[in-house]
Amino acid sequence: MSPLPRIVITGVGLTAPNGNSIQEFRANLLEGRARIAEIEVRHMGRQPAGVCDFDATRWQKRKEVRNGTRAGSISIWCAREALADAGLAWDTLDRSRVGVYLGITEHGNVETENEIHNISQFGNDTKYWTHHHNPRTVANNPAGEVTMNMGITGPHYTIGAACAAGNAGLIQAAQMLQLREVDVAFAGGVSESIHTFGIFAGFKNQGALAAHADPAKASRPFDRGRNGIVISEGGAIYVLERLEDALARGARILGEIAGWCINSDATDAVLPNPDRQAECVRLALGRARMAPSDVHVVSTHATATALGDIQECKALREVFTGCPGTFINNTKSYIGHCMGAAGALELAGNLPSFEDGWVHPTINVDDLDPECELPGLVLNRPARPPRIEAILNNSFGMLGINSALIIKKYGVA
Amino acid sequence: MTNEDIKKVVLDIIADIAPDEDLTAVKPEVRLRDQLSLDSMDFLDIVMELRKKHGIEVPEADYVRLSSLDSCAEYLLPKFQAKAGK
Repeated sequence: MSPLPRIVITGVGLTAPNGNSIQEFRANLLEGRARIAEIEVRHMGRQPAGVCDFDATRWQKRKEVRNGTRAGSISIWCAREALADAGLAWDTLDRSRVGVYLGITEHGNVETENEIHNISQFGNDTKYWTHHHNPRTVANNPAGEVTMNMGITGPHYTIGAACAAGNAGLIQAAQMLQLREVDVAFAGGVSESIHTFGIFAGFKNQGALAAHADPAKASRPFDRGRNGIVISEGGAIYVLERLEDALARGARILGEIAGWCINSDATDAVLPNPDRQAECVRLALGRARMAPSDVHVVSTHATATALGDIQECKALREVFTGCPGTFINNTKSYIGHCMGAAGALELAGNLPSFEDGWVHPTINVDDLDPECELPGLVLNRPARPPRIEAILNNSFGMLGINSALIIKKYGVA
Repeated sequence: MTNEDIKKVVLDIIADIAPDEDLTAVKPEVRLRDQLSLDSMDFLDIVMELRKKHGIEVPEADYVRLSSLDSCAEYLLPKFQAKAGK
């Protein structure tokens, strides 16, 4: 059996609360600039949240924005920007050979809550319920809106994977490329979750919603004073191709997908299991044929919940003890938890380190929780390791879904 | 209410649901679909907005009566007048 084709990243488009391009996002991470707003959440008053400010009408007609969803607009923005970044010959490309694979934590809560509110203004008479409800809330909506906007006739669907979804989208795309189901994939994760009060209320009543007088300080993974999650919207979508195709067209290669793993805790709906997380990381390393010390940047999932951060640190300690060349950071401290987009965005925040040589720090750590102490944790100031040739991107989610994705600098043995 | 008032009501709704369209030169006698980019979902939006904003019901069998501004005015004027007279 011939070896599976190698898969590379050749473009990225994103929107984060602190940047609408990878360059802007990266600059803000290296300069320690968080951007968290306070928004009015239905029934709940003002809450800290990460809000994106991309101009949807750059790529969509106003009617498309009106009839579609926020997740659809985020997806279209990211996919279009990724296409521009990748420099594909779009006009001559066979779009039946293009796939769209987007990770989502949830989809449909926003529209359903809006319609329940809408008909409540009309005595709960369902004849006032919008006929747009079903196309807006079908689970494939964000990916489907991309295909309609871009004229893509290959496969599209979303991958529901809680907050591991961003990695799951990339993994699905890599597998489909290896199987030669498609030639080009748009893959990553998106989230519109700040527009549903249910997510805020659910986390609040679980004791896991962040609060802080200064919104920019509200998301503080690993800090002793952390008190929960800042919910954010956002998206990151990558163009993935087989290495042979990327080389043939002379594409700029941003990184190679070296290994991955998705596994399940099978223990608790919300409390992560560090044993399974460590196992997930080790299985990804095995697939990539790497040792822990071959990883130079670990992008943690830590969301700033009291227990979740400690559990992930236990898992990382188990795998990376004795790896002085491994540096560990967290991006949620700048942008909050972008839910389905988190894994994809956090990878995008770290990907430029192959070129610029820096590891952006975890910010907002004023008083490091001793239970989160890890060798190599980059706190408050960027670090410059001797070399950065591999990034491990962790993303975990409810119902005990774990994902680990390893990206290698291209051209490194 | 006059025919012109009804046409303005319909055009205001279309301005909301089809914000990319230029509505400055819509011909009242020509089918809306023949001069604007409107699909069946948009016509359902017009029906919904008439219901929500003006309390006017358009049964499915009568959707065809909304094809042009003139036909809208002819069909909707009695409904608006009946509502105003209540």
